[in-house]
Amino acid sequence: MQAVRNFFDSDIWWSFTRNPVTVVSAIVAAICIGGAVLAPWIAPHNPFDLASLQLLDAFKPPAWDAEGDPQYLLGTDDQGRDVLSAIMYGARVSLLVGFLAVVMSVVLGVSAGLAAGYLGGTVDAVLMRIADIKLTFPTILIALLIDGVVRAALPRDVHDQIALYVVIFAIGFSNWPSFARTVRGSTMVERNKEYVQAARVIGLGRGRIMVTHVLPNVLGPVLVIATLQLGFAILAEATLSFLGVGVPPTQPSLGTLIRIGNDFLFSGEWWITIFPGVALIVLVLSVNLLGDWLRDALNPKLR
Amino acid sequence: MSNTRPLLEVRNLRVEFPTRRGTLVALDDVSFDIHPGEVLGVVGESGAGKSMTGAAIIGLLEPPGRIAAGSISLAGRRIDNLPYKEMRTVRGREIGAIFQDPLTTLNPLYTVGRQLVETMTTHLPLNPAQARKKAIEWLELVGIPAAAQRIDSYPHEFSGGMRQRVVIALALCAEPKLIVADEPTTALDVSIQAQVIALLKTLAREKGTSMMLVTHDMGVIAETADRVAVMYAGRIAEIGAVRQVVKHPAHPYTIGLMGSIPPISHRMDRLLQIEGAMPRLSAIPKGCAYNPRCPRVFDRCRGERPELLDAGDTRAACWLYDRADKDAAHAVAESGYGEVRHA
Amino acid sequence: MLERSVATPLPPASGGTPMLETDDVARFFDVSRPLIQRVIAREGKRMLRAVDGVSFAIPKGTTLSLVGESGCGKSTVARLVVGLYGPTRGKVFFDGQDLAVARSDASQRRRMQMIFQDPYASLNPRWRVRDIIAEPIRAFGLAQGTVEIDARVAELLTQVGLSPLDGQKYPHEFSGGQRQRISIARALSSNPEFLVCDEPTSALDVSVQAQILNLMKDLQSRLGLTYLFISHNLAVVRQVSDRVGVMYLGRLVELAPAETLFTTPRHPYTRALMEAIPDLDMTGRQRIPVGGEVPSPINPPSGCPFHPRCPLANDRCRAQRPELVAARGTPETQVACHAVEEGRDDPRPAPAEAQRAA
Repeated sequence: MQAVRNFFDSDIWWSFTRNPVTVVSAIVAAICIGGAVLAPWIAPHNPFDLASLQLLDAFKPPAWDAEGDPQYLLGTDDQGRDVLSAIMYGARVSLLVGFLAVVMSVVLGVSAGLAAGYLGGTVDAVLMRIADIKLTFPTILIALLIDGVVRAALPRDVHDQIALYVVIFAIGFSNWPSFARTVRGSTMVERNKEYVQAARVIGLGRGRIMVTHVLPNVLGPVLVIATLQLGFAILAEATLSFLGVGVPPTQPSLGTLIRIGNDFLFSGEWWITIFPGVALIVLVLSVNLLGDWLRDALNPKLR
Repeated sequence: MSNTRPLLEVRNLRVEFPTRRGTLVALDDVSFDIHPGEVLGVVGESGAGKSMTGAAIIGLLEPPGRIAAGSISLAGRRIDNLPYKEMRTVRGREIGAIFQDPLTTLNPLYTVGRQLVETMTTHLPLNPAQARKKAIEWLELVGIPAAAQRIDSYPHEFSGGMRQRVVIALALCAEPKLIVADEPTTALDVSIQAQVIALLKTLAREKGTSMMLVTHDMGVIAETADRVAVMYAGRIAEIGAVRQVVKHPAHPYTIGLMGSIPPISHRMDRLLQIEGAMPRLSAIPKGCAYNPRCPRVFDRCRGERPELLDAGDTRAACWLYDRADKDAAHAVAESGYGEVRHA
Repeated sequence: MLERSVATPLPPASGGTPMLETDDVARFFDVSRPLIQRVIAREGKRMLRAVDGVSFAIPKGTTLSLVGESGCGKSTVARLVVGLYGPTRGKVFFDGQDLAVARSDASQRRRMQMIFQDPYASLNPRWRVRDIIAEPIRAFGLAQGTVEIDARVAELLTQVGLSPLDGQKYPHEFSGGQRQRISIARALSSNPEFLVCDEPTSALDVSVQAQILNLMKDLQSRLGLTYLFISHNLAVVRQVSDRVGVMYLGRLVELAPAETLFTTPRHPYTRALMEAIPDLDMTGRQRIPVGGEVPSPINPPSGCPFHPRCPLANDRCRAQRPELVAARGTPETQVACHAVEEGRDDPRPAPAEAQRAA
């Protein structure tokens, strides 16, 4: 209870309420994420329930169109699936992939950065050179490479089953160096502070000092980067799915929806691809705006 | 102390910092004069407002801090309400500033010669060639060896002590009437500190420049200043001639402060200590700000804030020295000190 | 008992093993540029000689202070004697035992603790004060269970003049002086016998400095602590020390009982330092400050490191490095100076002392 009260009394919360853009993007992000997470309970239709699909309802334009059906607010696709519901379910997949990929990057990057910054020397040199090499390849290239290797190594049905995890791994693995570099920098600052030396005088082990003393003091910037990276990860997943190497079509994400809809864009059924596209932009933009604000709010120089 | 008109007159200066939790009063009712050629020391512990006073005078209060009341006049002219551009001219031409970290004053991208020449050509009727000749003279004057060669060096090529000498040359080269020096020797080692203090003192005397010397080091003040203002929680607690304030302090805070300075001449079993700590700006006590720590506190101190009162040789913001107050006179008599000053 | 390479002086009151002893201890830091740049610029490795051959002993229950200006190596010595740095050369003995051996044994390690300069950086900002103070208790298993640990923390907080309730708070809720008290409480929590204090009051205001110095003196007499006290402030050093070592460019230039050092300083550098201190009693005094600046410890001058600034320097000083030996006239003082050894100095009290006496 005290923690909650402290939060609403804190400078962070105060800066939040003073910033209308941030408040709006927070509300939008909350709606997007809420809609996605709660999709099975609040979506008007279940696009994956084959029994409820009606091919007769295929290619219905949005509800406000003269030919639209009020049952399908944003229209239907080529198989009669409700576009709004498909977006909600698709955003669920996109967010899941994005979130897990970021968690993976954080775990990898923070461990590498902490070790490199605290231990220094050879460990530092090796880890940072790996990060440098990693940074010279674009995320998409790495993801395509990983996907290609897995695809070649595994039979098709096995690959489809684990495709989701392959995408998460591919994106998560591409993004860890940005965390590693930031954490390494702050670790090198914290390592020389006197509270760390006090712990060393007592004779605590390196691992224990890193985890209990240094780690809590380097996590601030990690939170900021993680928020920004969530947007990038969702976009990366959408790009991969758009290229057809992302999540399997049985679990369509926003990127898959855009790709499927893209086939109909020029035959007049624009809504099938435009609405998932708008949803993607709104989701990524609101998350990124939140990340930008967080970066400014946590920056002591701007306070 | 002098019949001439003061060079700098600060009257009832009040500086406020608006924050989300209300307005903090960083300086309250601060008044003092600096006469031509005089060195006024301003001492106090961190947070007492001594640097803030200097910043207000040179017009460099950090936002959102602002002068909320009172006035600052230099040679009879108000300078606290000047527009930014005009104040910049005053700052170079009439007031020179020296800060603790020389790197905040020196531009790392220009040679020290260029910075000196630019300052002089802007403020004095000199052409660049004359200014350069003058710049070398200044560098020699502040004790830079091989000045003619070093003039084209960049700030990072000088050591800390030498940099502070360059800053002193920069502050003095436009021949200002007043120098505001904020902790000019704090970042330096003792042996270098002694050199810089000696230099500042000599130059101020030679050029007849007035100086406001802000520092936490009472030793530096004792050696350099003519008069001293002791600050506590945003107000002046005591002001007077250095010798008097050091040898016969009147305000209980000054007495405590002097007592807690460890002497180098002998070993003491216990140093005199003031209990507690200076209050934060957000929690300045009612009445005299020092009352919760004061050994001589009485009722009036907890309710009413004292003005600067005549305390014999100095002026102290302490009710003990209110002659109209019988209780105070009683308290003084009982404590046995203060009699000397009332006599 | 111990083999000594140089004629190391025994402490004057040598009744038993000293708490701490260093024998010709040195620590160099490699400040070379990266290999490729070094090859291109054709330069060798560059070594910063932070500490270069320092020997002293601290008898149990006493305070040795090391003074000097920034870069003289005093803080490096502090870190060497608690094992934060390993020595490049020489040995450190803790209660007669090699430091490396003592450090590997928790029951010995417990006996040494350190207090730092910066009260803002020495406490982990994310930890509650209670946990900060309890950390050594937990690490050494000195109390079991929450109740026992909490009781010990409360006792320690009271001992340093804070309230047991302060344990609930975070470091940012305290002033500089209070934080330094918390640091002291943390150091005391493992029941140490030897405390290394690295500029413990330099970041504090004078009135608070007096509080902390008084507290440290009280604790010493109550708990029988041995201190190694590092400071640049001679006045503070005079208040706390039994013996004082003056350091210059990584070496001890003078080592003497505190009273002797302050009444009859012998080394020209010690005299210059004392002369440089602004004095309250000396309002308007004209002083002759020592000229020049401290040379770089990467390229120390040949011979006596102080010779470029020394008024007594001659050819021998420029060529030959003086050893720390008993001074002529004041044999309890050890001084590394050819001028003192040859009797070329002026063994009268320092000018400031003389003025004061007059």
